Amino acid sequence: MSRFLVTPQVAAKIRQERIAHSVLALILVSILIPLLAIVAYLFWRAAPALSLDFLLSSPTLGMREGGVWPAFVGTLYLVTISLAVAAPLGILAAVYLTEYARENWFNKAINLAVLNLAGVPSIVHALFGLGAFVYGARIGFSVLSASLTLAIMTMPVIIASTRQALLSVPHSYREASWNLGASRWQTIRRIVLPNSISGILTGIILQVSRAAGETAPIMFTGAVFYKAIKPGTLFPYALDEQCMALSMHLYTLSTQTPGVDESIPNATAVLLLLLVFSVNSVAIAIRMLLRSRVR
Amino acid sequence: MSNRLEVHNLSLSYSGHRVLNDLSFDVRANEILAIIGPAQSGKSSLLRCLNRTIDFIPQASMSGRVLLDGTVVSGKTDLDVLRRRIGMVSPLPVGLPLSIFENVAFAPRCAGVSSRTEIAETVERCLRRAVLWDEVKDRLSLPGTQLSGGQQQRLTLARALSHNPEILCLDEFSIAIDPVTTMRIEEVLRELRPELSIILVTNLTQQARRLGDRTMFLLNGEIVELGPTDKIFSGVVQDPRTADYINGNFG
Repeated sequence: MSRFLVTPQVAAKIRQERIAHSVLALILVSILIPLLAIVAYLFWRAAPALSLDFLLSSPTLGMREGGVWPAFVGTLYLVTISLAVAAPLGILAAVYLTEYARENWFNKAINLAVLNLAGVPSIVHALFGLGAFVYGARIGFSVLSASLTLAIMTMPVIIASTRQALLSVPHSYREASWNLGASRWQTIRRIVLPNSISGILTGIILQVSRAAGETAPIMFTGAVFYKAIKPGTLFPYALDEQCMALSMHLYTLSTQTPGVDESIPNATAVLLLLLVFSVNSVAIAIRMLLRSRVR
Repeated sequence: MSNRLEVHNLSLSYSGHRVLNDLSFDVRANEILAIIGPAQSGKSSLLRCLNRTIDFIPQASMSGRVLLDGTVVSGKTDLDVLRRRIGMVSPLPVGLPLSIFENVAFAPRCAGVSSRTEIAETVERCLRRAVLWDEVKDRLSLPGTQLSGGQQQRLTLARALSHNPEILCLDEFSIAIDPVTTMRIEEVLRELRPELSIILVTNLTQQARRLGDRTMFLLNGEIVELGPTDKIFSGVVQDPRTADYINGNFG
């Protein structure tokens, strides 16, 4: 039974294993602490202002009093419309590039362009949106222009992440499906998409946060400092109107408005976080539902 | 006996590298044609040419004529319909990420069958044919990938039968499964012979000897010999390379 004795080599191996384990755990903690610290700090600073009334009322007294309802609704508008444009187009483009397009220089160039676009700073998308939608297409400074600009910004990332998700479905599944007389589209719809949907949704979820948080693209194209709306209305903005947005509101509160109690920008940030969390939770719920249906 | 499948001057190359060189042969109705040959001799590529899954490999270029029941299928043709007429069982069982039931129902559904009873009947008939029904009838809704290797291979056989193919191709189906399952599937193939034609690609010369009505010896993309199985294995072969391969002197 001597082969089961703890020789010095085995002891060293166990020791290394333990060190690796603690190092990895330490890294995990060091990632979690800043996140928790930021959230806790925000809530602590925001506490005096946070209330349901803060969410549901309009800002008053030059932003120094009142709530954030117009900005909250504005952000919902922008995120929803931009995703309604970017997600279907992005997914279809990725399906085409992955499942239909032949490997030639043209499609390689498109792939490269998509990846590069995904890395372009948002302020550049903002300028493009200003030129293309506000002036070029004459939509003007509006919810629609801002949403389209956000869509242009998020679409390349959605295409890239969807492509990764599609490529993760083993090629042998596609071959088996073709062997059974399924067309390309039947194979995509019945085999490829159901098995990559959670990866696709994960990519889109990340873009929800990005669209809700970016200030530059909407500042140039449709978001304004202040806009009066009827309190409590669900659809206060028309598509060709300008709107307020949480990210923009946060920016103006903290840099452009003197004499604001610091609890107000912090409470605005908390609401932005909660909005992103809740949209993400819905997406995660959809993902789990779809996954259980595949099984 | 009539010819179901005729192949004339079939050549195939991958980016200029020749894999199949001017093959001409036929597959008769209700026969098992065994194809033997060492690795890299082009056996699997040949099957891919028959059901045109070769089209999905961009660097492949194929020439020659393939006729199924006298109709040319090597040019532009309705490939989904063609693939339904040819069943394919791959070397490693690929259970689609669906339930056992849906694995077998997949082809009928893709072909547009929507009647529930019709699909259920097809699934039961095909699973029975593939001698898998008794093992899975109580758990048809489980994922097909949870079955054992041998069961999965029988599942892919049931799946290949679900679209009523006229020609069934098996590509080294026994490579990943146990001898008992292999024997059971061989038995199934004998039972199927009166209904369709079978092309059996195999690395096991003894399997070709057991099952093949005729045997083709493929080497480096060329047909060395094609004839009745007992003649190929009788020892009085015409080509010394065939004798060498069968006797295990190479390959």
